[in-house]
Amino acid sequence: MREFFEGLGKWAGRVVKLAGGMALMLFQAATWMFVPPLKLRNIFRQMEFVGVKSLFVVILTGAFTGAVLALQSYNALKRFGAESLVGPTVALSMARELGPVLTGLMVTGRAGSAMATELGTMRVTEQIDALYTMAVNPIKYLVSPRILAGVLMLPVLAVITDFVGVLGGYFVGVKMLGINSGVYIGRTVDFVKPQDIFDGLIKASVFGLILSLAACYHGFNTAGGAAGVGESATKSVVLGCVMILISDYFLTSAML
Amino acid sequence: MIQIIDLKKSFNSKKVLDDTNLEIEKGRITVIIGRSGEGKSVLIKHIIGLLRPDSGEILLDGQDITKMTEMELNEVRRRFGMLFQGAALFDSMTVGENVAFPLREHTEMPETDLKKVVKEKLRKVGLRDIENMMPADLSGGMKKRVGLARAIAMDPEIVLFDEPTTGLDPVMSDNIATLILDTQRDLKTTYIVITHDIPLTYKIADKIAMLHEGKIVEQGDVDYMKNCQNPILRQFLEGRAEGPIKVM
Repeated sequence: MREFFEGLGKWAGRVVKLAGGMALMLFQAATWMFVPPLKLRNIFRQMEFVGVKSLFVVILTGAFTGAVLALQSYNALKRFGAESLVGPTVALSMARELGPVLTGLMVTGRAGSAMATELGTMRVTEQIDALYTMAVNPIKYLVSPRILAGVLMLPVLAVITDFVGVLGGYFVGVKMLGINSGVYIGRTVDFVKPQDIFDGLIKASVFGLILSLAACYHGFNTAGGAAGVGESATKSVVLGCVMILISDYFLTSAML
Repeated sequence: MIQIIDLKKSFNSKKVLDDTNLEIEKGRITVIIGRSGEGKSVLIKHIIGLLRPDSGEILLDGQDITKMTEMELNEVRRRFGMLFQGAALFDSMTVGENVAFPLREHTEMPETDLKKVVKEKLRKVGLRDIENMMPADLSGGMKKRVGLARAIAMDPEIVLFDEPTTGLDPVMSDNIATLILDTQRDLKTTYIVITHDIPLTYKIADKIAMLHEGKIVEQGDVDYMKNCQNPILRQFLEGRAEGPIKVM
C-alpha cells in the first residue's frame, strides 16, 4: 500500500513538474516574442515547415476522411430516408470536429516529432548552449517562432482539411452513391453556419499551440544523447496527441 | 578582469565546485587544467552564465554576473565568444552561415560586408573557400577551426575554450594551439582555456590554474608550475596513476 502511494506521489510530482515547465516555457516564449529585434525570416521558415510541408499529409487525411464519412453516414441515414443529409453531416463533422482534430494529430506526428528531434539534437550537441554564448536567447530564437507557427498555421491547415474533406464527401455522395448534386450542395449550405467553421479554427489554433509547446518542451529539455533524443520525440508526440484529444472535449463543451 | 570568488556548485549532493577562487587577467591566456570530471566545464559555464552557482560571485569588471537576469546576461554575453568541445556548429547551416550567425543576429551589416568578414575570419583560422560546405562534411579539426572563427566573429573581449584539442591528432592539436596564440596576439583578447592537454598548456598559457576537487590547488605562470613541487600538480603534469589523485 505504501509503495502504491509513493508511486502515486512520484507520478503527481512528475505531472506538476511537466505542467509547470510547459507553462513557464509558454510564458517565456510569449515574452521573448516581443523583444526586439523581430526576426520575421525565422518565423516564416517555421510557418513553411509546419504549414506548407504538412499540406500533402493533411490533404490525404481530409480527402479520405470526408469520403469515408459520406459512406458511413449514407449507410446510416438511408435507413430513415434522409440521404439528403449526407452533405451537411460530412461538412459539419469536418468543420467542427474532424478537420481540426485530425489536422492536429497528423501535424503532431509529422512536424511535432521533427521539432522535438531537432531541438533535442541541438541540446545534446551543445548547439543550444552555443546560442546562449552568442547572446541569442534560444527561447526567442527556437521556441517562440515554432509556437507562433503552430498557432497560425494549424487553422489554415484545418480549413484545407475541411475543404478537401467536403470534396471527398461530395465525390463519394454524388458521383458514387448517386445523391443529387444540387440537393447535396444546397443542404450543406443550409446547415453549415460560419460559426461552425470559426469554432473549428479556434480549436485548430489551440491544438497548434499544444503540439508545438509539447514538442519544444521535450526537445529543449532533452538529456542523454541519441537515446534521449528518441525519447523526447516519442514523449512529445504522445503528450501532444493526448492533450489534443483531452482539450478537444473541453473546448467542444465550452463552444456548444 | 574576471574574479571568481568562493564559488560553490553541487549536482545531486555531489560537490563539483567547492569555494573555487580565481582571478583571470585581461588580455592574457589563462589555462585551467584538471582531470576529466573535476568541474572544469562547469566552471567555464558559470563564467558565461550558462549555469548559476549555489553561492559565490563572478565579477566581470566589478559586476556580479551570477545575480543578473537572463536579459542582463544576454547583454553581457555579447562581450564573450566560446569554442565548444564538439564545436557546436549549427548543422542545418553552411560553414559561412555559421560564422556569419552572430553578425546577422547583432548587427545590420550588409551582405557584401558580411561575406568579407566571414572570409577574413575563416582565413585567420587557416581555412579558405569552404563557406558553402556543411558542418557534417568537415573533419574534427576543421570543425574546431570553424568554431573558433565563429567565436571571434564579433571580435569579443573574452573567448572561452572548452577542451579545444580533445579528439584531435597531435599535429592538428599543435595547429589549434598556434591558432589560439595567433588570434590572441592579433586581438589582445582575454582567453580562458580549459584542457588536460599538457603540451597545449605549456605552449599557450600566460597563467595556469589547476582545479582539483572543486578548488584551485595551484596557480602561476608556466615556469612556476613546471617547477612547483605540489604533489597533486606533479602527479597530473607527469601523468602518473600513483599519487594523491585517486583514480576511481
